[in-house]
Amino acid sequence: MSLPAVAALRSRLEALGSTVTSAIWRLGFASRFLGYLVLHSGTALRRFQLTMTEIYFAGVLSLIIILVSGLFVGMVLALQGYQTLQRYGASESLGVLVALSLVRELGPVVAGLLFASRAGSAITAEIGLMKATEQISAMEMMAVDPIARVVAPRFWGGVISMPLLAALFSGMGVFGGYLIGVQLIGVDAGAFWSQMQAAVDVREDIMNGVIKSVVFGIAVTWIAVFEGYDAVPTAEGVSRATTRTVVTSSLAILALDFILTALMFTGGNAR
Amino acid sequence: MNRATVDLWVGIFVAAGLVALLFLALKVGNLASFSTAQTYQVFAKFANIGGLKIRAPIKSAGVVVGRVSDIRFDNESYDAIVTMTLESAYQFPRDTTAKILTSGLLGEQYVGLEAGGDGVMLKSGDRLRLTQSAVVLENLISQFLFNKAAEGKDAPKEPAKEPAK
Repeated sequence: MSLPAVAALRSRLEALGSTVTSAIWRLGFASRFLGYLVLHSGTALRRFQLTMTEIYFAGVLSLIIILVSGLFVGMVLALQGYQTLQRYGASESLGVLVALSLVRELGPVVAGLLFASRAGSAITAEIGLMKATEQISAMEMMAVDPIARVVAPRFWGGVISMPLLAALFSGMGVFGGYLIGVQLIGVDAGAFWSQMQAAVDVREDIMNGVIKSVVFGIAVTWIAVFEGYDAVPTAEGVSRATTRTVVTSSLAILALDFILTALMFTGGNAR
Repeated sequence: MNRATVDLWVGIFVAAGLVALLFLALKVGNLASFSTAQTYQVFAKFANIGGLKIRAPIKSAGVVVGRVSDIRFDNESYDAIVTMTLESAYQFPRDTTAKILTSGLLGEQYVGLEAGGDGVMLKSGDRLRLTQSAVVLENLISQFLFNKAAEGKDAPKEPAKEPAK
């Protein structure tokens, strides 16, 4: 093998190695950041007004998109589900189909994805811009811990908002399914609700859905605050960090959803 | 945005979220049908439980009177032991029959109770002596085919006799 070819191969290997090490380094830094954040969230919980404001920005302002999307997802589920169920003469099970798919999967996952793009990107951009305009350094100069004062309230605001948003999404979706299934198509209302209640278990389905949304809330907000805090303090760096937040947290939600579903539902059904 | 407005909106948001959770638990789920009523447990041995699952309903005359709380395998008799939790409001005679039935053609399986005539009622921890296992479709079909084959063996003999006449 000629000498330039060896050199090219070597440089490629080195690039691969440094990519892997930097990814692992970032993961370690992010974990240490989360630990520090949780340990120093005393201020955010004592001065709860700070967290309240962040719940307003992350939760209340996401309400419209979550409610409207939930309604439409439920309506589409009802329309599509009816087409298939009707073929087997099981159109009364429409309520079961809509409720189970929303409560188990679509509620937490779609609400999480919307939350990542609506609130997660805003959190990253805000913290990143604070860093770029040296507000974070200024706080450190004044002996104010920026993680306790800026990052922790945003983290807790997101973690509190996300399960509530997912529940609203699922509730709105079931209502949308009811509108289409019962009011428009004419499935019997009694069968719609009673079959749904017989099939949806509070512990197995609804609690597991809530646990999923809590996990997604922690994951998305953690990624968002970390990307913002770790952003390169330039206009370009902030824009890249915002993009990374949306991409990474969407992938994290889908991967975590697979793991959680495998743990929760296959184990339960095999018993 | 002043502080009072933020608080108001956050309050509305949290309240709406909790209402949604409550709606899911009560209207979509079956929390309302969770009874805190007194229950008692009885056991029954089945040779085959088919597709019976934990939390399957126990019905008598079509009314849900309890739920299956546990299913185990008995190593000595090679039977399935089904633990049934019945509501204390419903009392059954000691010679009640338990059957594993299917709701509809392909529906879920449940335990059906048929009351007997004994004067003594079931107590907690009692075992139902009379049980009927689940119908396994494969056994039914193989029995049917076996009967058909047996009929087919007899059938050719009859015309064979006729030419001899």
